Amino acid sequence: METLSPWVIFFAAIFTGNILLVYFLGMCSFLSVSSQVKTSLGLGLAVTFVLTITSALNYIVFYYILEPLGIEYLRYIAFIIVIASAVQLLEMIIERFSEVLYLNLGIFLPLITVNCAILGVSLFMVIRKYTFIQSVLFGAGSGLGWMLAILAMAGIRQRINEERIPPALRGPGIALIISGIMAMAFIGFSGMVQIQ
Amino acid sequence: MTNSKAIELIKDDLWKNNPVTVQILGICSTLAVTNIFLNTLMLGLGLTFVTAFSSLTISLLRNVIPTRVRMMVQTLVIASFVVIVDIVLKAYVPNISKALGPYVGLIITNCIIMGRLEAFASSNKPSMAFLDGIMSGIGYSYVILVIAFFRELLGFGTILGIQVMDPLMKGLGYSDGWIQWAFMIMAPGGFFMLAIFIWIANNIIMVKKS
Repeated sequence: METLSPWVIFFAAIFTGNILLVYFLGMCSFLSVSSQVKTSLGLGLAVTFVLTITSALNYIVFYYILEPLGIEYLRYIAFIIVIASAVQLLEMIIERFSEVLYLNLGIFLPLITVNCAILGVSLFMVIRKYTFIQSVLFGAGSGLGWMLAILAMAGIRQRINEERIPPALRGPGIALIISGIMAMAFIGFSGMVQIQ
Repeated sequence: MTNSKAIELIKDDLWKNNPVTVQILGICSTLAVTNIFLNTLMLGLGLTFVTAFSSLTISLLRNVIPTRVRMMVQTLVIASFVVIVDIVLKAYVPNISKALGPYVGLIITNCIIMGRLEAFASSNKPSMAFLDGIMSGIGYSYVILVIAFFRELLGFGTILGIQVMDPLMKGLGYSDGWIQWAFMIMAPGGFFMLAIFIWIANNIIMVKKS
């Protein structure tokens, strides 16, 4: 993986390897929060922020603590602790320094700890053997990709609420079908860059 | 533990309050592996194991854990069981473990487990909590197995890796045999299959109600 330019990974994470539409990560909050554009934007920003920071932190934890000690199998526990504490810390910092930001982002932070996308990105980073810079840009790109998907979804859902949908499909059902169509559209990007 | 209460619980977990179709929980980590039945089965088993034993553990510790740190304790308990599942899968079915990749680790953030711990195990007896864990796991597994079955059948034309659609199509007189429906293997197929499953399940519930 070392040969790949970090920027290629960045753009691939947004489009061709969209964390949500291709790897299905972060679906829970995606389906429950995506009913309004404004809240989606807030959550999207929070996720991008946390992803960038945790992928850097987890990289350091994995390669400088777990690997030298030969306890890589404890990475799940280590990663989840890092993520939980990073989120907690961020919440405190934001609360302290910016009330506006806290009101807009802060309420989403506790939700993020259990967002699968955060842990998923850290695990992908280890499996694909990214370097430090690649990991950070992969985290940022994944966050932006997730934000893009949830924003598009929120926009569509706001419109579709007024349409006549079969009653059994209302809510999550139609949301999944929309995600399916969006995923098809994103497959169209796969000709540009391909990372595995 | 009374029997009727246990039966009610089983019904609830398997159908009335099914984690996937009704509560829409835990689909994050799973749609990705449902294009091959066997992988899905392994993930389902792993998840059931983790849910059952973390429910049991949390229920046993429910009077000891301080409320303020309970989320952290729950996450750590789940993570420890996931480590066990990961090591076992790596040792006995290395191929499947490799195919599942990060999705084994992602059992930790599967909202079903946390949800059950929070909603049930932390306020019920260990025996009931254990049963609830197993049943939620099964309720989740059978849904993803149904989805995996159809995705594998339509995508690869196979059932459990055995080619069935190819001979069938040839038998019907199509000389090309079964042409793989690649769409089903890719991400959109997963979204559509789950949507259809939820659609059908909701329809059945609605018909019953009226």
